[in-house]
Amino acid sequence: MKWALVTFITAATVVLVALAWLQSGGLQQHAMFSAATPEAAVRALMTQVQSHNFDQAYAALDPSSNTDLSSFVQDVAGSNSSLRTYSSLQSVDVSPLHADNDHAVVRLRMTWSSAVGSLDDVRDVNVKRDGSVWRVVWPKPAFQAVPPQVVSVNYLRWEVIGRNTSQAWGAQDVDSPKVRITSMNAISRPGRVVILGEVENEDTIPAYLNVNATLLKADGSPIDEEGSFDLISHVLLPKQVSPYRIDFPGVRLDSVKSVRMDARALLVPASADPVIAATNQAVSKDGLNRNVLKGELVNQSGRPVNIAQVLAAYYDDQGKVIWVSDGYVDQALMPQVPVPFAVDIPDDIAARLKNYRVLVNHYSRSSS
Amino acid sequence: MSLLAVCAFSTWGFAGEIHAPANVQAGHAFSIPLEGSGQATFYLIGPDHVVKRSVNLGSDLQIEARDVRAAGHYQMILCDASCTSTNFEVKAASGAHLSFFLHPSRVPVSTPNSIDATAFVFDRFFNLVLTPTVVDFQITPATGTGFSRQNSTRDGVTWLRLDSTPHEGRVQVTAGLNGGAGNNAAGNVEEARVIQQVAAEACALRMKVEQSGNTVTLETDPVRDCSGNALPDGTIVSFTKVDQAGRSTVDTPIKKGVARTQFSVTGSARISIACGVVLGNEVALNGRSGGKS
Repeated sequence: MKWALVTFITAATVVLVALAWLQSGGLQQHAMFSAATPEAAVRALMTQVQSHNFDQAYAALDPSSNTDLSSFVQDVAGSNSSLRTYSSLQSVDVSPLHADNDHAVVRLRMTWSSAVGSLDDVRDVNVKRDGSVWRVVWPKPAFQAVPPQVVSVNYLRWEVIGRNTSQAWGAQDVDSPKVRITSMNAISRPGRVVILGEVENEDTIPAYLNVNATLLKADGSPIDEEGSFDLISHVLLPKQVSPYRIDFPGVRLDSVKSVRMDARALLVPASADPVIAATNQAVSKDGLNRNVLKGELVNQSGRPVNIAQVLAAYYDDQGKVIWVSDGYVDQALMPQVPVPFAVDIPDDIAARLKNYRVLVNHYSRSSS
Repeated sequence: MSLLAVCAFSTWGFAGEIHAPANVQAGHAFSIPLEGSGQATFYLIGPDHVVKRSVNLGSDLQIEARDVRAAGHYQMILCDASCTSTNFEVKAASGAHLSFFLHPSRVPVSTPNSIDATAFVFDRFFNLVLTPTVVDFQITPATGTGFSRQNSTRDGVTWLRLDSTPHEGRVQVTAGLNGGAGNNAAGNVEEARVIQQVAAEACALRMKVEQSGNTVTLETDPVRDCSGNALPDGTIVSFTKVDQAGRSTVDTPIKKGVARTQFSVTGSARISIACGVVLGNEVALNGRSGGKS
């Protein structure tokens, strides 16, 4: 009886110590420092990044990595209130591309979850053997520094003075901006109906815009009503044209007789700044062999843009909008610094597209 | 018992019928004779309030001006041992206020039937005046001579449709009650509204190109509509360049009348320009420094 109690206490102590070790990340640390394969080394590194253990992740990099801790953290965790700083690493896919005795190349696909959906970051990373373990070579990210300077910003800004509600009925007021849906196209996609097209702010003042669509049956009764949500540029400056896309999941196109469109515009304060150029756009394949529209965004103003969204409209040979897609950029747009972007294009659309147009939505933390 | 009955009859007399006047104007006091003797209770039930008052039969009942301010259907009830009632209508007084709507607040130039001016005529108690009343519309553009039109209301409202003029700027439209024929307003009543005539779509949109090495600077001519009005600053002009590096686009706001941007060019390039749904000229660069066709 006496020995049984001693044995039980000893076993319980061992179990608790093991649990504590596991909880404190001991397994991952063990995996990292005993990474027997290149893929295991990359997975272990990403486990540390996922846990925000950036010091330990940096310590596990191969010494030939020419990056410093600050650049490494900025690369994987983001900076300047970019979308990456609000994201968390959801999952990691690792696939070997090449391997020999001392060196390997591994394709790393990081899926980050954010408030605007998941974002993929695909990189080919080098892994080197270091004795009995493998270590990841993380190159120093090529962040372009903005030289110290003063940038004058004198773009127009619109403010709104509304009608005093205490004034009599019929008192002078300012009308909402006039917007016009210039094109609308209903297409069938797997498992859904999609309404897409373009809308123009025809007015001389900025508009805050929402486009809604209602699908109607043959008897005029509604099937479903949806809005464009974030697949539109909500703030449109005078004469600016935005694509829009409205998805109706679970609806078949042959059940739709007609579509009722509703573009609602509000008068809002807005600024003509910043101006963002989308340069060097081209349709190509990405690392996962998907069709993408790639390019670079250049913030031409003096104020950083924290979060940017690329909206792309694709046209067929008759100029009809056949698809609208979007993609968020997880880096902040610093003035004059090109930042790459990539937007997915479905394979069937890529085969038919003749032309495309890119528009950039932006959010700046200090903007009002 | 008989004494009580006498007392009761002496306090609550015998009321005959009550007769309301045929025409009552809002805010005008009037009196009606009450037949019978003794006391009774008088009720006046109007569209917006109720009056209860003890009255002496056999004398005139004075209806105060404040009790008939609201136009509409009224009921008078006189009760003693039994109740009698009558109905009458109070009509709006002469026009003293205008509610004036000018729509829209901005309108592109040279657009037919684009301006709506609508006036509602109310009396001094804000009753809608249903009798025909003449409203003067004075239109005063920023440039050029103004003009006026007179319209008579029908069921309290009158309206006017106007074309916008070819020149941008403010247009003041004033609606007035001038106390003229058909109008009993005591004095002039005016309501002024302003409409902003703005430039229409861009017309003959053109850009010029200056090339310096691999950089081209693009600048539009002053962006104007077909009537020669300058499009306001902040209007978006889209530049698109296609060269060996791919396609580049930038939406630039007009500043001081022109839109301006820069592109890097790799080899030969085609550059186009648009403002809204209006396309401008296209420039082809042949790849040599400074060369264009």
